[in-house]
Amino acid sequence: MEKHIIELTVNGRLREIEVEPYLSLLDLVRYRLLLPGSKAGCLTGDCGACTMLVNGRAVTSCLMLAVQADGKSIVTIEGLEQDGKLHPLQEAFVSFGAAQCGFCIPGTVLAAKYLLDQNPNPTLDEIREGMAGNLCRCTGYTKIYEAIEAASAAMRGEKV
Amino acid sequence: MLESGVVFDTLRPHDLHEAISLLELHGEAARVVAGGTDVMVQIPVGRIKPGVLVSLDRIAGLRQLECTSDRGLTLGALATHNDVVDSASCARSYPALVEGCRLVGSVQLRNLATVGGNLCNASPSADATPPLVVYGAAVALLGPRGERTMPLEEFLVGPGKTALAHDEVLVRIDVPMPTLRSGARYERTTPRLAMDIAFVNVAVMVILENDLETCREARIALGAVAPTVVRARSAEAALREQALTPELFEEAGRIAASECSPITDVRGSADGRIDAVQMLVRRCLREALERAKES
Repeated sequence: MEKHIIELTVNGRLREIEVEPYLSLLDLVRYRLLLPGSKAGCLTGDCGACTMLVNGRAVTSCLMLAVQADGKSIVTIEGLEQDGKLHPLQEAFVSFGAAQCGFCIPGTVLAAKYLLDQNPNPTLDEIREGMAGNLCRCTGYTKIYEAIEAASAAMRGEKV
Repeated sequence: MLESGVVFDTLRPHDLHEAISLLELHGEAARVVAGGTDVMVQIPVGRIKPGVLVSLDRIAGLRQLECTSDRGLTLGALATHNDVVDSASCARSYPALVEGCRLVGSVQLRNLATVGGNLCNASPSADATPPLVVYGAAVALLGPRGERTMPLEEFLVGPGKTALAHDEVLVRIDVPMPTLRSGARYERTTPRLAMDIAFVNVAVMVILENDLETCREARIALGAVAPTVVRARSAEAALREQALTPELFEEAGRIAASECSPITDVRGSADGRIDAVQMLVRRCLREALERAKES
């Protein structure tokens, strides 16, 4: 079976890479690009631990074929910080103690980024709905929601 | 999907003509993949065993979502559930369809999962299906012998089964523009608040006479209570040319519940489903009437 050559932008860098046709996008990111931030949780699109942004949209990358990422722009958790500076969401997750074991966090942070990109001033209900695809066994979600609210205020330039 | 150990080839045709040729060439070994949210889950557990996937992702023009007053809504095969949810014209003209689409999975899933692919998966409890049925949707199928269209109710044949031939691709969903003085609503019940599959789901459309009180026509589509979506025809008949009152909605709910024979499964009992049909039909009728008056 022949490999496919695909070209995609990953965290701002153009990459050309050979992939097996049966790889998922998650496989590509973790095992070929060696970016282990995105996690393999359920592999059925239910837990959200594999969430990454594809052309700006949050997707469960375990369900996308790697070859379907050809020509697209991917952002993984590794790509969120810019020039060593954490994204306001990352800052807020740290200061609010929103992470415990950390396994769900990369997917959660990226889903939150997508939520705030779509809706810069979400209500708590809108946060719950937007984050429904990210399961967390540890935290009970409260501090995750608080961190998202605080980050959205910071991103709107409001005092927290 | 490295972990599953399953291998297959993935072909990415540039246009529909090439896609159909590949389906003909590979026969039973080929499966179409759109968003992948069903296919990529079914492959590791052996529910489907493709030798070759034919991905539609490279084919230009398949993701369109257009809404015009004469043609209504045109959804390309690759239009995702979130394309519908985010569409202002769908919010305005097809609110029940938006209600259905926004309940599917998670936001991440809705960014991948196509409405067309969901119809081809033919789950009896699919959320977009009852609204599409009451809006009168038809699907367009393209194969070596050309394009054919059929009403959605005819396309869905059984659980996981459609009228799609092996060398055909669903290319488009056409939904007529709702008439004036009509309103539609979709509701479902689920054990959880999110990330769940419907226990029972219902879509209703009410079309009013000029007096805005009498029903010209009602359409009631029930999901998750039969092998495919079903129309509650007796309930619909009971509403026709009647003044729409809360008592009549109660009655219609009772009739609709008596028209279906659901099963008991992992999500709950048959009796519970019958009760849920009655409740949801009543609630949807109430809401659809309000929308019809406003339209």
